[in-house]
Amino acid sequence: MQASDRFNINSQLEHLQAKYVGTGHADLNRFEWAVNIQRDSYASYVGHYPMLAYFAIAENESIGRERYNFMQRMLLPCGSPPERDEE
Amino acid sequence: MDSTDDEIKKTQEERQRMEEQRASLTSLTFDADLYGGEGPDRFQGYERSIPVTEDDDEADADPSGRVLARRMASYTGPSSLSDVPRASEDEPGFKRSQRIIDREDEYRRRRLQQVISPERHDAFAAGEATPDPSVRTYVDVMREQALKRQKEEVMREIAKKKEEEKSKAATTAAEAAAPQKRRNRWDQSQEPDAKKPKSNSDWDAPDSTPGIGRWDATPTPGRVAADATPSVARRNRWDETPTPGRLADADATPAGGATPGATPAGMAWDATPKFGAIATPTPKRQRSRWDETPAAVGAATPLPGAATPAAAFTPGVTPIGGVDLATPTPSAIKFSGAITPEQYNLLRWERDIEERNRPLTDEELDSMFPQEGYKILDPPASYVPIRTPARKLLATPTPLGTPLYSIPEENRGQQFDVPKEAPGGLPFMKPEDYQYFGALLNEEEEEQLNPEEQKERKIMKLLLKVKNGTPPQRKTALRQLTDKAREFGAGPLFNKILPLLMQPTLEDQERHLLVKVIDRVLYKLDELVRPYVHKILVVIEPLLIDEDYYARVEGREIISNLSKAAGLATMIAAMRPDIDNIDEYVRNTTARAFSVVASALGIPALLPFLKAVCQSKKSWQARHTGIKIVQQIAILMGCAVLPHLKSLVEIIEHGLSDENQKVRTITALSLAALAEAAAPYGIESFDSVLKPLWKGIRSHRGKVLAAFLKSIGFIIPLMDAVYASYYTKEVMFILIREFQSPDEEMKKIVLKVVKQCVSTEGVEADYIRNDILPEFFRNFWVRRMALDRRNYRQLVDTTVEIANKVGVADIVGRIVEDLKDESEPYRRMVMETIEKVVANLGASDIDARLEELLIDGILYAFQEQTSDDANVMLNGFGAVVNALGQRVKPYLPQICGTIKWRLNNKSAKVRQQAADLISRIAVVMKQCQEEQLMGHLGVVLYEYLGEEYPEVLGSILGALKAIVNVIGMTKMTPPIKDLLPRLTPILKNRHEKVQENCIDLVGRIADRGAEFVPAREWMRICFELLEMLKAHKKGIRRATVNTFGYIAKAIGPQDVLATLLNNLKVQERQNRVCTTVAIAIVAETCSPFTVLPALMNEYRVPELNVQNGVLKSLSFLFEYIGEMGKDYIYAVTPLLEDALMDRDLVHRQTAASAVKHMALGVAGLGCEDALVHLLNYVWPNIFETSPHVINAVMEAIEGMRVALGAAVVLNYCLQGLFHPARKVREVYWKIYNSLYIGSQDALVAAYPILEDEAENVFSRPELMMFV
Repeated sequence: MQASDRFNINSQLEHLQAKYVGTGHADLNRFEWAVNIQRDSYASYVGHYPMLAYFAIAENESIGRERYNFMQRMLLPCGSPPERDEE
Repeated sequence: MDSTDDEIKKTQEERQRMEEQRASLTSLTFDADLYGGEGPDRFQGYERSIPVTEDDDEADADPSGRVLARRMASYTGPSSLSDVPRASEDEPGFKRSQRIIDREDEYRRRRLQQVISPERHDAFAAGEATPDPSVRTYVDVMREQALKRQKEEVMREIAKKKEEEKSKAATTAAEAAAPQKRRNRWDQSQEPDAKKPKSNSDWDAPDSTPGIGRWDATPTPGRVAADATPSVARRNRWDETPTPGRLADADATPAGGATPGATPAGMAWDATPKFGAIATPTPKRQRSRWDETPAAVGAATPLPGAATPAAAFTPGVTPIGGVDLATPTPSAIKFSGAITPEQYNLLRWERDIEERNRPLTDEELDSMFPQEGYKILDPPASYVPIRTPARKLLATPTPLGTPLYSIPEENRGQQFDVPKEAPGGLPFMKPEDYQYFGALLNEEEEEQLNPEEQKERKIMKLLLKVKNGTPPQRKTALRQLTDKAREFGAGPLFNKILPLLMQPTLEDQERHLLVKVIDRVLYKLDELVRPYVHKILVVIEPLLIDEDYYARVEGREIISNLSKAAGLATMIAAMRPDIDNIDEYVRNTTARAFSVVASALGIPALLPFLKAVCQSKKSWQARHTGIKIVQQIAILMGCAVLPHLKSLVEIIEHGLSDENQKVRTITALSLAALAEAAAPYGIESFDSVLKPLWKGIRSHRGKVLAAFLKSIGFIIPLMDAVYASYYTKEVMFILIREFQSPDEEMKKIVLKVVKQCVSTEGVEADYIRNDILPEFFRNFWVRRMALDRRNYRQLVDTTVEIANKVGVADIVGRIVEDLKDESEPYRRMVMETIEKVVANLGASDIDARLEELLIDGILYAFQEQTSDDANVMLNGFGAVVNALGQRVKPYLPQICGTIKWRLNNKSAKVRQQAADLISRIAVVMKQCQEEQLMGHLGVVLYEYLGEEYPEVLGSILGALKAIVNVIGMTKMTPPIKDLLPRLTPILKNRHEKVQENCIDLVGRIADRGAEFVPAREWMRICFELLEMLKAHKKGIRRATVNTFGYIAKAIGPQDVLATLLNNLKVQERQNRVCTTVAIAIVAETCSPFTVLPALMNEYRVPELNVQNGVLKSLSFLFEYIGEMGKDYIYAVTPLLEDALMDRDLVHRQTAASAVKHMALGVAGLGCEDALVHLLNYVWPNIFETSPHVINAVMEAIEGMRVALGAAVVLNYCLQGLFHPARKVREVYWKIYNSLYIGSQDALVAAYPILEDEAENVFSRPELMMFV
């Protein structure tokens, strides 16, 4: 944060952003961002009933099963995180 | 010659007689107005005890202003004076003292007598180890406390005996004194009566707990050491010869010296160091040059602060050369650490007085009097000039030789009032600070100090900076103190801070800062504070009873932090000994502190302890304090006591039958506080106390009864309707009996209880009407009740509450006759009650007869008032007329007659009130179809527009506005075309009230009746309005800007716009901003296309202010027109392009905010192409660092998100999220985040496709599905 930001509305903005899980920052890597994207996507599918219905038809599953699957996949949407190379 | 002698003699006698009348020389006389009352009356206006609840506090607000205004109301002279801004009455041009001590009452000043106790043993830190015998443990403290109590008992006995002896001695001595008086005629100016001992002793004070007298162990630093010398009191007053000869120096030392007998006695016995006494002026005695009778020398004037009482007992010893002796010459004052601030001030003052009051020399007298007609008389035979060298030396030296001006010898070594400059960039030190910070002044030996001392010095420096420094100095010092708190250690820190807080000359601001230091330091020190808890409490507890709300809050915060840091056990150990302290002050503050501890650590934690305390067998004081803690907890925590209500009530219930009356009283009050806090829940918790309370009200009298009634009054509202009704009837017997009580406290409580009972559900109107009302009105609705403000308020409230139950007619019918009472305060009280009742319940209950009486009474009261500062009469009149509505019609001519007559009154206040009344009743007049009458009033008001008092003029304009609003433009008389030109010059008036009312009226006319006025007049008004944009009040500026809109609508935008655009060139920012708003409003009211061309043309003026003004107007314009913007967006795009590329930051900022408003306005209206184009210009500005610019840019992007959709903006974003430069990434992620928060869901469809990696799946196959 810059010095000028400390006293204006931006500081509150940053605070606000920090409260949301899906927000990012300059040090976010590809994997972390992708995880966020995946989770947001699944949350969105589950949240919109028509979408859920559409997927259910396409996959020939019940809507409830689809919902369950999506929620399960939110756990580790992109598999295990890559090894961090120690700096 | 003989005849002249006779004449002289005669005149002398005459003068003597007159002097006797003017100022009796035998007793203390001085201007009581100027110096305030003296002696026992000094604290008459003060509360002698702290109110139990604090609900009266806001009611106390500033009665002084009211008094002043009342006095001014009848004053109608050349009253340009009455409206001159003046300071409030008690500060005639001087800054009011900031010192805390000056606004404290005697009780609160007792804080200065508390001793900062040495630190105590910390059992937690020590663990199993036996405490070192040198450390004070809990046991030691308790033992000391017990000793003190015993000592107190013994001393009380001794004192009683001594009193008896004294009174015996007085009778014998009086006989001896009589002949002595006759011996010397010149003595008569001062009689022994003057020295009657003032019985200031604590034993006389009725309520206070005695024993804070002179036995107080250690005098606190900075305090006058007077009370450490008990022997002063033993000195026989009678061996001093009352000598008028001492007048010379008595005058010179106006300190304690003026009333030699009285003051020392007072000093020794009295609890408080009397600052008032020090300021006591000497009696104004006519100085006689013969007065200097030689007398016993023993009458040395008691010294300032009586620091050396030895001088007083050893008559004959020449008291010169002593350190702090009588009239010190200026050079004698050194900045020695020994001199206390009070002494310092005293000396300074004394020196000043002395200089002016030196006796006149013969030469001076010669030059003053005419040469002829005067004769120098021979001194009387009995006169002997001073021979005693001691007295001569004591007398102020008179300048010899010519009294004319002579160039004084230069003396470079002399120290004037200027203090030595503090070294090393330290802030200025006040004289009072020397005793604390004096060590900082000699910096030479800094290097030789050991580390401990260096640390101490460092702390002192930082504290001085916090206390007296500039804000930046203060800030850094505070931070350093906080950061290094643990390094400095608790001991050194508190040893320096706490004495400062006990400094008697402390000011509010300084205290606030020091308290802040403690707060910060506490945080850091945490458990290290344990040994210092009691020390800190001694200093902080007084804040809890401070009259300043913020001080109380601050105190609570500190104690709460302290208890969190130190823990419950330590807090209890520290405060336990104070619970049964002999001093009521200590117990009171301790109880309050305990309640704060309870709120910080939770009530349950404290319950076992409280239970034990409340059942203490050892002393009633402990029980009293314990119960008081419960009361304070209830007051402090409010409904948060509910979960623990049952246990709290159980803890204190046995106090109702305690053997000590004070304990019974406080128990009842605590129950009241608990019930009030718990309302409307928790009745079941009080079940167990109902019976004792009931028995109590039947068996008790006086104070205890009042407390019991109060608690019942608060418990009844918690009950079910049936029970409430039953209990109300039961208690009502007692209440009605107590209606007649002469005790003020009882009256207040009875009123309060009646109010509580009456408002309870189960109590029926009939019961109240038949059983309560007759007695109630007979006892309370009397003139005397209106005189005391609290009674007044309480009575009005209670009556209104009763009216809510029994209806308007009953109440108003009973008091309406009193509107014609001869006492004005009483009439006012009646009026206020009627106003509140009628406003609450309407006037439909009032029958024709009552209505007649009411109007008649109101008119009488209104006309007979001599002052109305709170607008009681005005409001009452307005409320009644509005409630009656059309029924007022028959009375309107009479009312208007009154108003007209009063509009012509000499007194400005009366005229203003009359005008205000018109604006209140205008609506009703319209309802009554009295338009002709209103027209007539309009003309009358019009004629008074020449009024010179701005307050009155404002009210007249307000009245005109009310009339215009009601009868409309067309029917208005005088016709608008005459009225408006008369208003134009008034617009120039700078008075806020005038401006506001005038602009409202003009705006109204412009809105509704613009066509009645020629365009030229409107243009003239436009110019005047520009000035109005400078107004401080936002309402005025807003009304002005709106008026521009109306005028533009009436006469077309061109001319108005030209005026406004010209105004963009002015320098003042506020003026320009308002102009841009006005332009935007004109554009909005006259359609943008009439304004935009001229506006955009103006952008070509190569002047920053103008261009920015144009951009700002555009920004407001698009904000106001919203969707309409879609027609204009293409037109202004080129201009915005240019602005967004300008070098000037403000251009880009303002353009960005214009883009934001535009985007938000046209969202979803198919202007995406233009918006994307503009976004391309906005986007490069995302790297701006200036806060305003970057804000505007971010908001523009947010606007685009709304208008274009999140996907578009995300695509702009993606390029930089993983940019190699961190600075770039940061900005882009910030934009991404606000995008994400704004429309998270919409982004799902727009995220980029990521390729899978070895073991990670990044793709989102679901989105590829297709049916």
